[in-house]
Amino acid sequence: MTDTTGIWMYAVTDGTLVGHETEGTSGVAGEQVRTVQEGGLTAVVGTVPLDDFGEAALARNLEDLDWLERVARAHDSVVAGVARHVSVVPLRLATVCLDDERVRALLTEHREQFSSALALVTGRTEWGVKAFADRKALTAAVAEAQTEGAGSGTGTAYLLRRRAQLAAQESVERDAAARAAEIHERLLRVSAAGRRGAPTDPALSGSHEWMLLNGTYLVDDDRTDEFRSEVEELASMYTGIRLETSGPWPPYSFAGAERISP
Amino acid sequence: MTVIGGGGGGTSSPQPYGGGGRSTNLGDILERVLDKGLVIAGDIQVNLLDIELLTIKLRLVIASLETAKAVGIDWWESDPWLTSKARAPEVDSSRAELELENRRLRERLAALEARAEELEPEPAEIVDEEDRD
Repeated sequence: MTDTTGIWMYAVTDGTLVGHETEGTSGVAGEQVRTVQEGGLTAVVGTVPLDDFGEAALARNLEDLDWLERVARAHDSVVAGVARHVSVVPLRLATVCLDDERVRALLTEHREQFSSALALVTGRTEWGVKAFADRKALTAAVAEAQTEGAGSGTGTAYLLRRRAQLAAQESVERDAAARAAEIHERLLRVSAAGRRGAPTDPALSGSHEWMLLNGTYLVDDDRTDEFRSEVEELASMYTGIRLETSGPWPPYSFAGAERISP
Repeated sequence: MTVIGGGGGGTSSPQPYGGGGRSTNLGDILERVLDKGLVIAGDIQVNLLDIELLTIKLRLVIASLETAKAVGIDWWESDPWLTSKARAPEVDSSRAELELENRRLRERLAALEARAEELEPEPAEIVDEEDRD
């Protein structure tokens, strides 16, 4: 019956797993999660039925949002569970081999890739920071900043304010982009690495707000507090911009070194 | 203005890995487990870019591309993941195609959302999240 199962890969680590880290953890198919070792690297895997996780089945199942959600959460849960104990390189969803032998072969074949990825993420944690804007509040804030010190009550002041409001409507997108860039820039300074992603599809995020920044940062564990206070400070700096943090995450966004860009 | 823990995935106290919990934002998870993570070729080949769900996401980004470009946001031009499909050399014919595609995707999205709403009593993440804010 070996030809009816496949090996689903969750993550790779060079840390010492004593076994209890994956104990009782069930994977994407509800299977017991286990490990496969080769040359100092350990793959966290699970045996899954090809009926659901074979090529054709995957192509079909991945279109099913409920199935995808269940599997994505299970995958993340296993990866995060191991990441609590050791540094891991998370593998992308749906990395499936035919048997343990092939898993060992992959560990050998990609040894350098895994080692450099592990070197990058060890002692670091991924955090997400998103910036959302309320267009109205932001426009008002921009206008206010431009008329600061213009006084009030006089006709000139009114005209100045009015002109600033009109100008702000035009420049609000540009200003927002500049602020998002500045937030990203400042967060990079307290991070080991960072990248900007595409704004999340509103259908997935459920938010109809205007997303200015979808950033993710790899932060040294001993600088977590520094990173957090930087986020706090940035959040209080700009009226009309709301920051949302997520994490800690396993270092998904920094697992493939070639994908990292400032 | 405010900092809040993101979609439940974020907790404001340093609690180890909330990942996987029911409350973690589905979009945040999908973004990571589908788009990121180390890519090595297993024995089972699945082209994740062919997934319609992802295509929808990609297209929605492209839909706002022109607006964003006008204000100088063009970082995705250097993002290999996005440009692999985003690049369309024949601008004229692609515009009509895009409009068509756009309409098709809107319909799909509406259908998806309608489906998500049917999922009672435990609403799908999408519905869940809409009630936020």
